[in-house]
Amino acid sequence: MTSARKRLAGGLLLASLFFFVFSASDAYGLPAFARKYGLRCSACHEAWPMLNYFGQKFKDNGYQLMNDRDAPIWQNNGYWPVTMRITPSWHRESTDKVAIDQTGGQQQITAHGFDVGGLDILSGGTLDKNISFLFVLSSDETALFHFESVNARLDNLFGSPWLNVKMGKFELDNIVSEKRGLTLTTNGGGFQLYHFIPVGDNNPFGQIGDNQFGLEWMGHSANDRTRISAALLGSTDGNVDLPGSNSYTGFFAGSQAFEAGKLGTQRVGFYAMVGQAPTNTLTSGGAPIAGGGFGNKAFSREGFAGIFYLGKLDFQVVTQHGSDNAYFATSSQVGGSTPLPDGARSAVWNGAFVETHYVYNPQLIFIQRSEWIRMSQQAIPGTPSNLGNIDNYVIGYRYMPFMNSRAGFAWHNEYSWIRQRGTAPDGTDLTSSSLLLGFDFDF
Amino acid sequence: MRRMMLSGSLALTALAVVALCSLSWAQMTEADENQRLGMESHIGKLTGHAAAAQGDYRRFCVGCHGVLGDGEGENAQWIDPKPRNFTLGIFKCRSTTTGTLPLDSDLYDTIGRGLDSSNMPSWNPLSSQQRADLVAYVKHFSARWVTEKPGEPIKIPPKPEITAERIKAGQAVFQKVECWKCHGQTGSGNGPSAATLTDDQNRPIQPYNFHDNNRFKCGTTDEDLYRIFMTGLDGTPMPSWSDNIKPDEAWDLVFYLRSLQPMKSREKEIARQVGLKPGAPSATPAPAPQQ
Repeated sequence: MTSARKRLAGGLLLASLFFFVFSASDAYGLPAFARKYGLRCSACHEAWPMLNYFGQKFKDNGYQLMNDRDAPIWQNNGYWPVTMRITPSWHRESTDKVAIDQTGGQQQITAHGFDVGGLDILSGGTLDKNISFLFVLSSDETALFHFESVNARLDNLFGSPWLNVKMGKFELDNIVSEKRGLTLTTNGGGFQLYHFIPVGDNNPFGQIGDNQFGLEWMGHSANDRTRISAALLGSTDGNVDLPGSNSYTGFFAGSQAFEAGKLGTQRVGFYAMVGQAPTNTLTSGGAPIAGGGFGNKAFSREGFAGIFYLGKLDFQVVTQHGSDNAYFATSSQVGGSTPLPDGARSAVWNGAFVETHYVYNPQLIFIQRSEWIRMSQQAIPGTPSNLGNIDNYVIGYRYMPFMNSRAGFAWHNEYSWIRQRGTAPDGTDLTSSSLLLGFDFDF
Repeated sequence: MRRMMLSGSLALTALAVVALCSLSWAQMTEADENQRLGMESHIGKLTGHAAAAQGDYRRFCVGCHGVLGDGEGENAQWIDPKPRNFTLGIFKCRSTTTGTLPLDSDLYDTIGRGLDSSNMPSWNPLSSQQRADLVAYVKHFSARWVTEKPGEPIKIPPKPEITAERIKAGQAVFQKVECWKCHGQTGSGNGPSAATLTDDQNRPIQPYNFHDNNRFKCGTTDEDLYRIFMTGLDGTPMPSWSDNIKPDEAWDLVFYLRSLQPMKSREKEIARQVGLKPGAPSATPAPAPQQ
C-alpha cells in the first residue's frame, strides 16, 4: 500500500470512528414492550438487551410499570405483543488444533463467511393486572425451533411486591444475566462460568446459563433495591418432557443495591444452586425410561456477584465455586457398567469474570469481558492440575444508529479469544478465536 | 411618499422585532439553553445539576416529553393523558399555592412516585442524585424558573379524629362546593360537566373516579388528598379550594372521599355503620346544574 493510500485508509477509519462516536443521538430497545408503553427501549435497557435498574424493576413487576395502565384492556385492539430478532453477520472462527485425517493428525482451521444467528420470536406482557406471560421461540440457523422460554407468572400477590411466582421455563434469576448479555460471538457470546463442566464430566445438569423448567418465587422491595428469589427446578437442564429421574435442583439468589452518590447505584449479591441428578437409568429396549433414573448424585454452584457503576463505566463481576460429585466428574454410573474409579473424588473449581461497559450514550456501548476458570481439584488424582482451565477474553462494541419505540437496529463488532488447557487432540492447550461483524435487529 | 415608505419600513421592522422577541421567549435560544443548563435543584441535602441529567433525560424521558420538553415526543401522539409540556412551567402536583411554581421537592416526588393512571411510571429505581439532576433539567425548559420563585407551600393542619359527623360533614362540603358537577353525585367521575372538561391545552380530561382507585395522581395519603384540594391541579379544571373551604372542612372532605374508595378504611367502616350512602345527603336531589 502506498503512503497516500495508507493516509486515505487511515483517514477513512478515523472518519468512521468520528461518525460512530459523534453522530450517536438516540438509542433503541425491545419493541414488544416499548410499543405498549410508548417508552424508548433505552428506558429499560442500558443497551439492549442488558437491563438497567428501571428495566429490572419492570421485569420484576411482571412486565408492568404499575401505573394502572398495565392490563391489556388499556391497549389499542391492534396492539400485538410480538417481537422478532435476527442477527445476520459475517464471522470468522479459528481453532489452532483440530484433529484431521490427513498427514499431521491436527492443524489450525479457520472458517469464515456470511451467516445468520437464527431467529427469536418473542411475546410477553400482561394477560390481566398482575398476571403475565413470556414465551420465546428460538431457532437455530436451520430454522429448527425450540422453546427458549415459556412461563406464566402471578405478581404482587396480596398486594405485596414480595410475593411473585412464575412457573414454566425461565431464565434463572442470575444477578448478571447471560440471556441479556451484549456479546454474540461463538466463543464470547455466553459466560463460560455459567456453562462450565470439567473435562471428563458428564453432569446432565448444572448449567446456570441455560433456561430451566421450574417454579420460582421472587420478592423485591418497592424500589427494587432489595431482591431475593428461590426456584425449584426439574433436573432436565431445560429440556422438555419429564426428567429421567424425579430429582430437583434449587436455585437461590439475593442482592442489595445501594446508592453511591454521583457514581450511581451499586448492587452486590449472592447466588447458589444445589441439586441432584441421576447417574444411571433403567432402559427398555435400550432406551431410557422417563422416571427410570436412579443413583442421584449432588452438584453445586455458588458465588457472589456485583454490578458497580462509575458514571458511564460499569463493571459486572461474578465469582463461582463449583463442585460435581465424583460420579459425574468421572462419567461413572451407580450400579452400571462404568463404576467409580479407585480414588475418584469430586471435581472442584473456582472462577470469575469481569465484564466492563462504557456507555458513551444509549446508542453506543463498548464492551470487554475477561473470564478465568481454574480447577482446584481434579476428580482423578494425578490428572494435570490445570486440565480444563479456561481463559476467555472478549472485546467489542454495539452502535445503534437510531432509537424509537417501534424497532431496533445495532451494528455489532466483536472479537473473542479462548484457551482451554490440555484439551487439544495432542493433549496440549486448545485456542480458538471468533470475529463477528453483523447487524442485530428486532421489530 | 418617501416618508410613508420610511414609516412603513419602521413599522415593519418594529413588528419583526416584536415577533422575534416573542419567538425567542417561546423557543429557547442556544445561549438560553447553555445558561439554563447551569440550573440547579435543591432537595434536602441533594443538589441536582441540569447539565448532568442530559443523558438520563434522553434515555428515559425524551420519547414522551420531547427534546424541547414541550410534551411532543415521538410517542406523545399515542398517549392519553398527554405528556406534560415543561416549557409552560405548569405542574399538577405541587405543595405550593395555585398558579405558582412547585418546589423542587414536588418535582422530585413526582418523578419518584409517577402519575397514576397515566403513562408516567415511578422512576424510583433511579438514584436520588439522578432524580435531583432530572428536576433541574425539567426546570431548565421553562423561563418561569428564571424570572419567578416557587410559591409558598401550603400548611396542612394535623389530621383530626375520624368521626361519623366529620364524614357526614364532608359529604355536605362535597355538595356545597359542587364537587359533584365533575366527579358525579356518587364520586364516580360522571358528573354533568365531566364530558365537557378540557385541560389548559384544550384537550379532553376526565375527572377522578373515587370508586376506581386507591391512589391519586399526586400521592396516596390523606395529606396528599388534602393538599390536592388546597393547591388545585394546575393545568386541569380542578381548582384550588383554599379560598372557599376552611381547613377543617377540607379534612371532612378527605374523610368522606376516603369512604368512597375501594380499599378498606376506617372512614369506609364508619360510613357503613351509620348507613351513609354516596350522593346528596338529603332526600331532595341537588338542583340540576346549568349547562
